[in-house]
Amino acid sequence: MAGRKEAALVCYVVAGYPDMKATEEAVDLLVAGGADIIELGIPFSDPIADGPTIQQASNAALQAGVTPEKAMQLAKRIRKKHPALPILFMTYSNILVHAGFEQFLEKSKQSGVDGFILPDMPVEEAGQYSALAEKQGLATVFLASPNTSKERLQKIIDRSSGFMYLVSVFGITGARKSFEGYTQDAIKRSKKLAAGKLPVGVGFGISKPEHARFMVGAGADAIIVGSAIVNKISNGKTAELKALAASLKKACRK
Amino acid sequence: MLSSYPVGGKFGKYGGKYIPETLEPAVQKLEDAYEKYRNDPDFQKELNYYLTEYAGRPTPLYFAKNLTESAGGAKIYLKREDLLHGGAHKTNNTLGQALLAKRMGKKRIIAETGAGQHGVGTAIACSVLGLSGEVYMGSKDVERQKLNVFRMQLLGTKVHSVDSGSQTLKDAINEAIRDWISNVQTTYYLIGSVVGPHPYPMMVRDFQSVIGNEVRQEMLQRYGSLPSAIVACVGGGSNAMGSFYPFLDDSSVRLIGVEAGGQGLKTGKHSATLCAGSEGVLHGMFTYLLQDKQGQVIDTHSVSAGLDYPGVGPEHSMLKDVKRAEYVSCTDDEAIDAFVALSRLEGIIPALESSHAISHAVKMAKEMDRDEIIIVTLSGRGDKDVQVVQEYLAKRGKKRARK
Repeated sequence: MAGRKEAALVCYVVAGYPDMKATEEAVDLLVAGGADIIELGIPFSDPIADGPTIQQASNAALQAGVTPEKAMQLAKRIRKKHPALPILFMTYSNILVHAGFEQFLEKSKQSGVDGFILPDMPVEEAGQYSALAEKQGLATVFLASPNTSKERLQKIIDRSSGFMYLVSVFGITGARKSFEGYTQDAIKRSKKLAAGKLPVGVGFGISKPEHARFMVGAGADAIIVGSAIVNKISNGKTAELKALAASLKKACRK
Repeated sequence: MLSSYPVGGKFGKYGGKYIPETLEPAVQKLEDAYEKYRNDPDFQKELNYYLTEYAGRPTPLYFAKNLTESAGGAKIYLKREDLLHGGAHKTNNTLGQALLAKRMGKKRIIAETGAGQHGVGTAIACSVLGLSGEVYMGSKDVERQKLNVFRMQLLGTKVHSVDSGSQTLKDAINEAIRDWISNVQTTYYLIGSVVGPHPYPMMVRDFQSVIGNEVRQEMLQRYGSLPSAIVACVGGGSNAMGSFYPFLDDSSVRLIGVEAGGQGLKTGKHSATLCAGSEGVLHGMFTYLLQDKQGQVIDTHSVSAGLDYPGVGPEHSMLKDVKRAEYVSCTDDEAIDAFVALSRLEGIIPALESSHAISHAVKMAKEMDRDEIIIVTLSGRGDKDVQVVQEYLAKRGKKRARK
C-alpha cells in the first residue's frame, strides 16, 4: 500500500445489515467500484466508538439475529468470490474476550479473513491478542488519534501489522461536512514515524471525494469509509455503492 | 494485602483501560492529576471543607433498635448516607471529582445517570463549584424519574435524553463516552460508580471510602471493636466499595454485597452481575458482565433503577474471586418488603437500592448472636421511589387478591 502511486480505498459494511445477502451484494458493488480492502463489522451491543449511523445498523443486525458465527460464514462466501481481496473484521474487544482469543482467531482465520480492527483494544492490553493473532498470521490494526503522543505512536506502529489506523478527528464515526488542519498535521506526524514500516490509513468522517483528496494530499496511504456507505444501505440506495466507491477511488489517485 | 490494589491499573486480572485511543491522553492526565492531589493536604482540606460544612459529614451511625428487635438476632446499625446532602452517598464522589476537575482546569463536566441520583449529585457539585454540567440519561429513565430530571434542571444542569439501545444507564454511559471522545480537550467525565477505565474505579472508591472510615472510627471509639459484618447493595458498587475498603485487611469482618435479583435469578430478569454473570469487557474495564452466548451485553431488570446495570466494578470482581467478599441477591419483592418495613419500624424511608441491603441484613441477623453487630450502608433516601413503590404495591395487591 505504501509507496504506491495511489492510496488504497478501505470500505466498511456491517455484517448482516439489513441481511446477509444484501451485505454480500454491497461488497460486490464496492469491489466493482474500486474498493481495495473490505472491513466487515461484527455487530456489538455497545459500540462506544460509533456514531448514530453505525449504531443503528449494528442494532438492526443484532435484532435480525446476526452472530459472530454468521459473520464468519459471510466472510467465507466473500473470500470464495474474491480470492485476493483483503478482508478485515472490525468489532469490539468483548466479542473476542468472551469467546476466548485463541478460539475466535483460529475460526476467523479459517473463514478466510486477514486481520482485525478493535477500536477499544489499546496496545497495553493487547499482549495475548497480538501474540495469538501473529501465530495465526492475522494482521492486527491498532488505532491512533490526533492527540496520541509520539511515544505512543511508536508503540502503536510497532504493534500494528497490515496498516495503522489513524482516527482523523476528535470524535466518533459518522459522515462529516469538513475537516480541520489538525487532521493533516496528524497524518504528517504519523507518516513520518511509520515511513518504511507501515502504511497509514485514515478514517472517521470521510464521506466525499474531496475529503479523500484532503487526506491523500497530506500523505494518507489509505482512506477508510464507513458511515457514508452504511447511510446508502440504510436509505435503500445500495445500487449507488459502486458509483460512490468509484468516485472515492478516483480521489485516491494522487 | 488486598488494600494495595489496584496494581498497574488492575485488581488482579480485572480492571484495565479498554478505551478508544482518543481517550488515552485524557485518562493518563486524570491518572497523573489524581496521583498528585490524592495526598495533597491542600486538596484534602478543600474536599473535607465541602464534605463537612456543605454536605453534612460525618453521617450518623444509627442503632436501628426496632428493626433489630423485629429481626431477633444481631444488632443492626445503619450508616446514614441517606442524610448526606443530595440524599445519597453520590455526593461524596461528585464533590471529590468536581474539585479535581477544577484543579485540572476543566470547566465542562459530563456525567451519566440511571435513577438520577448521580445526576443530581453532579448537578449539585457543578452548581456550588461554578462548573457547567451536562448529564446523559436513558429515555426510559427520564420517563421513570421525572422528578430527578427537574431537580437537575433546577440546579442548572442540562439533561440529554438517550434513545439508543436499551435506553437505560448502560446506554447513558455509552453516550457520555461518545461525548467525551468528541470533546476530550475541554471536558471532564465524572463517572458515578467504581466502574470505567483505570483510574476511575480506584478514585471513586477512595472518595467513597469516607463511609467505611467513619464506620471504623466510630466502632472503635464506641465499642473498641470492629463489626461482625458490613452489608451494602451493589449495582456498579460504589457505596459497597466505599464501605468495604477500610476493612479489606480485617479478615474478621464479613463483607456482603447485595445485588438486584429482580424477578428471581432463574427468570433471567435481574441485574445480579456477580451472582450470575461471566467475564468480559464493557465501558473500558475487564469485569463480570451479564451477557449472552455471543458476548452481547444483555438488558437487565430491577425495580430499582440505580441497580439496573449489566456490569460491576472490577474490584468487586476480584473480591468475589478471592472470596474476601460474599455476593448475594435479593428480589424486587423482598426489597419492597424491606422498604415498607424500615419505613414503619424506624420512620426512615430508604432508597430501593438500599432496601436490598436491609432485606439481606435482616435475614443474616436472625442467624447471628445478639451481641454481634451488622452495619448496613443506607446508601440513599427513598423519596424518589415512593411512586414506584406505590404502583408496585397496588399491582401486587391485585395479583394476590386474584389468587
